[in-house]
Amino acid sequence: MEATVKAAPTLVKPKKSSPLARRETITAYLLISPWIIGFIVFTLGPMIASLIFSFTDYSIIKPAHFVGFSNYIMMLFKDYRFWHSLRVTLTYAIFAIPLGLTFGLLLALLLNTKVPGLAIWRTVYYTPSVVSGVAVAILWLYLFNPQYGVINWILSLVNIKGPGWLSSPVWALPALIIMSLWGVGGGMIIYLAGLQGIPTTFYEAAEVDGANTMQKFFNITLPMITPVLFYNLIIGIISTFQIFTSVYVMTAGGPVESTLFYNLNLYNYAFRYQEMGYASALAWALFVIVLVLTLLVFRSSSMWVYYEGELKR
Amino acid sequence: MATDSISVSTTPVVRTQRISRRGIKFTRFMGKTIALLLLTAGSVMVILPLVWMLSTSLKARENATEFPPSWIPQQSVKTEYNGKNYFMYDIPINGEVRRLGLLKKQPGGMGIFFEPANPETQYTLKIEDGKRAMQTIIHWENYPIGLTMVPFARYLWNTLIIVVTTTIGVLLSCTLVAYGFSRFRAKYINILFLLLLSTIMLPAQVTLIPTFVLFKKIGWYDTFLPLIVPAFFANAWDVFLLRQFFMTVPLEMDEAARIDGANPIQILLYILIPQCWPAIATVSIFHFLWAWNDFFGPLIYIQSKEKWTLALGLQSFSALYSQQITYLMAASTVTMLPCLIIFFVAQKLFIQGVVISGVKG
Repeated sequence: MEATVKAAPTLVKPKKSSPLARRETITAYLLISPWIIGFIVFTLGPMIASLIFSFTDYSIIKPAHFVGFSNYIMMLFKDYRFWHSLRVTLTYAIFAIPLGLTFGLLLALLLNTKVPGLAIWRTVYYTPSVVSGVAVAILWLYLFNPQYGVINWILSLVNIKGPGWLSSPVWALPALIIMSLWGVGGGMIIYLAGLQGIPTTFYEAAEVDGANTMQKFFNITLPMITPVLFYNLIIGIISTFQIFTSVYVMTAGGPVESTLFYNLNLYNYAFRYQEMGYASALAWALFVIVLVLTLLVFRSSSMWVYYEGELKR
Repeated sequence: MATDSISVSTTPVVRTQRISRRGIKFTRFMGKTIALLLLTAGSVMVILPLVWMLSTSLKARENATEFPPSWIPQQSVKTEYNGKNYFMYDIPINGEVRRLGLLKKQPGGMGIFFEPANPETQYTLKIEDGKRAMQTIIHWENYPIGLTMVPFARYLWNTLIIVVTTTIGVLLSCTLVAYGFSRFRAKYINILFLLLLSTIMLPAQVTLIPTFVLFKKIGWYDTFLPLIVPAFFANAWDVFLLRQFFMTVPLEMDEAARIDGANPIQILLYILIPQCWPAIATVSIFHFLWAWNDFFGPLIYIQSKEKWTLALGLQSFSALYSQQITYLMAASTVTMLPCLIIFFVAQKLFIQGVVISGVKG
């Protein structure tokens, strides 16, 4: 994040309100005006509107009435689906995110051992990340088939009788977590770049001091890679709450709502039941949840994320 | 050891060093071997789903649901007898393997077999001793059949309209905005840039409903406009990526052009864009993939079947014909193919793009 806060360099450092400075300001604002307009029309305006909607019983077919906090009261105390979908999403996150981070890092470490054919491995492992959406969801739907699916075939090779996966309320969520691991190659690329950015002099110095492989990993590699872990963790949290296509296509939230992810629940309220007011309350609750989780990670980051060049206090 | 060190003091040191170096070499070799083994196992897991998809898309319907799955599209060999089809088996009789038709199963795992050439010659044999006769037949026709069961050509055309126009929109708007954020000094511009970055963290759901209502109210529901127009107003990811690239171009180049009388747009067109074409290509590719696979947008905005995109068409196809696995996998393969081809052609750009938005972000 540090690179982004840095101010843009400029050619001239004009005095305040000189004609040149004014012209530069006008040019700059003209150039960024598409984003400013877009921000107001497609981000800021809708944000405010959805906050207002969340206090109404708005639905697209009938006019809105102000209902105070009743949407939020409904959500927190009466609608089991809110808590249920939150639990489903967080359960998924608790398993899928750490597993994804670990496998991604392990793969990157393996690739960083100077194995032959780095480019080929990288290509193979990154391939699943370039395909997504409906086609991938359909493919996995059949891979998880209990009768003839590839997953249960692999399990049968080690004499395990595979479960019913997507047709079982117990195994549907684990199935989606397994599916998420198919994409660990996306994170791997970022870790690999991070690993390659660690100066070899660090390792040489540690070797001179007699450090073994484990010590080198825990005292050099891991601290140096924490900013990347941090980035992937934040992205992981945000994207978990965006999960939609795979569950919509593969399970539609079932069986017995065992894969009712937060975003799918929100979609159902907004576009299936047409309860736009209540869905807006769900959207704002989601915003607050993601914000709190992100802030927690940010606050904790000073304890475990190491930035090179950071001042020790 | 002890006598050594007394007689010649330097030898033991040298020797231990040599041993440990050999030890290190050996550990490294073992490490590399283990790494290679693990990587191979992992890559098989990664590729297997795609291989299964391709293989299934080329199978006969009845063989697609066989367990264990066959990886090369295979089909049972059958023979006709009295107007009915019977499976053929390769089964040994008197030490000679013959290909016979299985007429009837008998209790106790036995079966009545007949000779295809002379059906009256029948044998009662243990079915387990034989093997179902298979032949490799590649059903290319699954592709034309699968892709015409629903109007995929129409869906492809619709998808292309959206993908191409939004790519143009994203490139135009994001290049200009990134240029504005990377090269000019103006009041509040850095605060605005932070604001832009913070929108990356904003969950799309927060703006979803009012945006939907807005598009519905102005009559854009069931048109491509809600999917196309927002692309012309820049987005945080692509602006950030382009700005990171623009910042790497030395300012002296701008300055030289300015002294030669170039205006800001000329500087962008003749200095920055030629220097940053990899970034522009990266943005185009990532946007292409995103738009190609986008399901949620078309799902909520497009209703009429003739305006469906590939993602919508494929989803409805899978819901309608969930038993037609071979056709479904043919359609899925075709939908994934452009993404895979682009990736294999432009790998470098991909990896560069991921790394820049990841590590430096």
